[in-house]
Amino acid sequence: MEHYLIHNTLNYPILSVLIIVPLLGAGVTFFLKGDQAVKSWGLLVTLITAALSVPLFTNWDFATSRYQFAEVTEWFPFLNLNYVVGVDGISVLLVLLTTFVMPLCVLCSWSYIKDRFKEFILVTLLMEASMIGVFISLNTVLFFIFWEAMLVPMYLLIAVWGGERKDYASIKFFLYTLLGSIFLLVSIVALYIKTGTFFIPELMAQNYSFSFQMWIFLSFTLAFAIKIPMFPFHTWLPAAHVEAPVAGSVILASILLKMGGYGFLRFCLPMAPAATVYCVPYLIFFSVVSIVVGGYLALGQSDIKKLIAYSSVGHMGFVTLGIFLLSDDGIKGAMMQMLNHGVTTGALFILVGIIYERTHSREIDKNSALGMMMPIYVTFLVIFSLASFGFPGTNGFIGEFLVLLSAFKTSKVVGAFAILGAILAAAYMLRLVQKMVWADSDGHGHHDDHGDDHGHGEKEHHALYDLNLREIGTLAFLTVFVFVIGLHPKPFLDVMDASVTQLLEQVSEGLKHVPAGGDHGGGHHAALREMGQQIREWIAMR
Amino acid sequence: MSLFLPELALTSMALVFFFLSLGKPRSSLLQGSALGLSALVLVITFHSFSLVLGQPAQLLFFDAYRIDIFSQMFKIVFALGLFIVIYLGQGLKGVVEELKAEYYMFLSLSTLGLVFLSSSVELLTIVISLEISSFSLYVIIPFRFQKGYRQQMEAGIKYVMFGALATGISLYGMSYMFGFAHTTYLAELAPVFPELIKTQPLMVVALILVLGSFFYKLAMFPMHFWAPDVYEGASNETAGFIATLPKVGAVALLLRFASFAGVELNQITGILATFAVLSMVIGNLSALVQEDLKRLLAYSSIAHAGYVMVAILCVSALGFASAIYYIVGYLIMNLACFFVIYHVSRTGENVTMNDLKGLYKNSPLLALTLVLGAFGMAGIPPTVGFMGKFFIFTSAIEKSLYALVIITVINAGISAYYYLRMVRAAFLTSEEEVSVIPLNPAARLLGVLFIAAIIGIGIFPEAFMNLAKMAAGTIL
Repeated sequence: MEHYLIHNTLNYPILSVLIIVPLLGAGVTFFLKGDQAVKSWGLLVTLITAALSVPLFTNWDFATSRYQFAEVTEWFPFLNLNYVVGVDGISVLLVLLTTFVMPLCVLCSWSYIKDRFKEFILVTLLMEASMIGVFISLNTVLFFIFWEAMLVPMYLLIAVWGGERKDYASIKFFLYTLLGSIFLLVSIVALYIKTGTFFIPELMAQNYSFSFQMWIFLSFTLAFAIKIPMFPFHTWLPAAHVEAPVAGSVILASILLKMGGYGFLRFCLPMAPAATVYCVPYLIFFSVVSIVVGGYLALGQSDIKKLIAYSSVGHMGFVTLGIFLLSDDGIKGAMMQMLNHGVTTGALFILVGIIYERTHSREIDKNSALGMMMPIYVTFLVIFSLASFGFPGTNGFIGEFLVLLSAFKTSKVVGAFAILGAILAAAYMLRLVQKMVWADSDGHGHHDDHGDDHGHGEKEHHALYDLNLREIGTLAFLTVFVFVIGLHPKPFLDVMDASVTQLLEQVSEGLKHVPAGGDHGGGHHAALREMGQQIREWIAMR
Repeated sequence: MSLFLPELALTSMALVFFFLSLGKPRSSLLQGSALGLSALVLVITFHSFSLVLGQPAQLLFFDAYRIDIFSQMFKIVFALGLFIVIYLGQGLKGVVEELKAEYYMFLSLSTLGLVFLSSSVELLTIVISLEISSFSLYVIIPFRFQKGYRQQMEAGIKYVMFGALATGISLYGMSYMFGFAHTTYLAELAPVFPELIKTQPLMVVALILVLGSFFYKLAMFPMHFWAPDVYEGASNETAGFIATLPKVGAVALLLRFASFAGVELNQITGILATFAVLSMVIGNLSALVQEDLKRLLAYSSIAHAGYVMVAILCVSALGFASAIYYIVGYLIMNLACFFVIYHVSRTGENVTMNDLKGLYKNSPLLALTLVLGAFGMAGIPPTVGFMGKFFIFTSAIEKSLYALVIITVINAGISAYYYLRMVRAAFLTSEEEVSVIPLNPAARLLGVLFIAAIIGIGIFPEAFMNLAKMAAGTIL
């Protein structure tokens, strides 16, 4: 076990602390009185967590693909189950993304959340602890515990503070994700029975038979495809996004969806390389469909939140596409896309929350022509919209560019469809910006209201005050990342470099040792034969 | 003698209440003595457990009664369950005023029956123990008191009828067993069983008939029909008892039978697996539409019986230990839910989904307990329910029971929906005014203990699992 890990040399157990601080913080909220105190406490805890996570970046060892800052404690020796945490180049950026987005979630809820603030902070902090837990666990059971534990606070976040159809959306979210994750549990157990370990790096180092790989690959993929979400499992996302409170949407978009991509990289590729290669055509197909369908559906939305939700489906399509192109650029592009989507889409949801607080509407038509009244707001809106469809110079460009590059190398057709998705993204984002910043060309919406009912228009004007300092601070922070990543992505790519190389080596190494199904052609038949044989064996056993 | 102490303690507890029932004791005296005596029983059971640790099994009463780690461990669970049920039902809101002493008496007698059950290794002893525990329950179901409510009578009758039927079936099966094997001792049955079940197909029928009355206790398909009506008709505290302790007893018995049937169980695994699957499916699908919480829990318990059966069907040390772990976790989670029901119901009436509305405002502690109980039963980590399912999956996949695992998985997914409904109801804001549910410090403490136990045993299953494995080892 030891040669996979580099033990933590900081003077505090950094990864455990990142879980424990939010948990303790959540415990303390029980005893706080008054909304103001609770809010400040929530902000303080998330900021402390963010500050404590900084050494992950500053003390990062760029040269190694081993798991850094690792901690090992015996937990349940009966099943060879240990508490093992550690981060590599793939997970560390996601941990940092989580710790940095969470304070913003508290900030953007400052006046958005009206009731039960105490519980809100409690749930948010529990959420933070479990999300960080997912990214740092190096043990499948620990991973699963955090993965599932996350469902409960997220469910409550939507169900308690959500919009009109919160019941429907929260239940759909819960059941969809739960269904996927129970299959995840089954394959975790199956892997354990096969190998006698829950330790993820050891599970990666094994060579499983092709049929076994197929089974675990399919059940892992189901769980992660639901989570990310990939077409045709995407329908829970718009519902959950639209009904969730602003912080819920931000968490969902910025962090939760990334767990799907993270899962693909951590489980599917290294543990089932042959099955991955076998399934690549289908997964690329579904990724491209996600990109195009997501973009196409976003084009037709009149609800801003729904539009961004569908755009997420498209963006996540780029992520899965990048992952399953199985190339260095592709995977790095997918990782960057995840990071960028976390920054940009999170910011877009914050922007929607801000305008919703003022106009109590998420309709594009009711929020048109804001340019005159809210200049700072629209500035941010334009920046993040450009970043969202990958305008050069912004962060979105880097990820999409890398993925597209790799896609064209692999197949011109795939590349062409992906480009189509990128064009669609520009189309719907520009349409959104055009309508929200300038007047609606059709003469509907805001100006109509203004003409018809002067008093009503007056009131709307009154409500439309520009951003306050808190909101500017929140968005400015994210803007910094838009340009830092956009103009100087090298440090971010360097962090993941060693781990991505290692991952690809694992995949190609894994393919060498699988007797059947490694190559196309005859391999497929052998693979199918083997699977058929396996199924027959199992039926005979029954 | 010292081995038999838990049974003696429970008997004396029943006797004390018998004498108390002759006079007109104050309610507080009754409750105090019930709590004190059951705590004493618990302590004595722990003591007797420590006596058997590391010792070989001892046989009493012409070898019909076996004292080993397995039995003593279950006795602790029973004593603990009795203690919690008495603690939870402070004041016995739903029981006729004049019958409270009798109520406690029958409660302890029923537990006594279960305690006998966990040690019985002879067919007739098993029947008698089963009957002791059942008859007491038949009596206390109609003890419910609520103005204008009469369904407890129907519930009582149903329980008696089904119980009688189950015992009859079981005795019929035993007669075959005796006919073939010429013995009623499990220890003597075990060596001849593998041969018999191969040569005599009727032996399979006999075994399943015998298991029938255990299924009745466990509320497992096809003997599950009584559960919803009985839960609904019985008072909340009684239902809490019926929902948990007899099921633990049934699991203890099933484990004993599975262990002596051993590998040969494989021949009837198909039938039992079908029962388990049907239990899960019927329980979960019916629970989806229930409005009355106790009915919902009844159907959910039918489903849980199916999950436990999967673990028992593994016939391995890990499988048995998982079954023990799961049923004890289920006892805690279910009692946590009944604790909430008992307090939400102000005068002992039944609680519906609607009554849960605003619970979060009325009593945050109860709401939190309910959330943990519900999510625990749904199998969400880091609760004891999750670990239980995890162990069951592990043991079932180890034995290559893939189809069963997949069906269990899908069922766990379905069940999440109705547990979520409970949580959602508890967290919905009530339209009406906030009416705080008063909880005294003792009840608060119990709530906190439930929460701590559900999470604590879930995160640190090691100690408990080791005990369960040790217990499973003594019977395998």
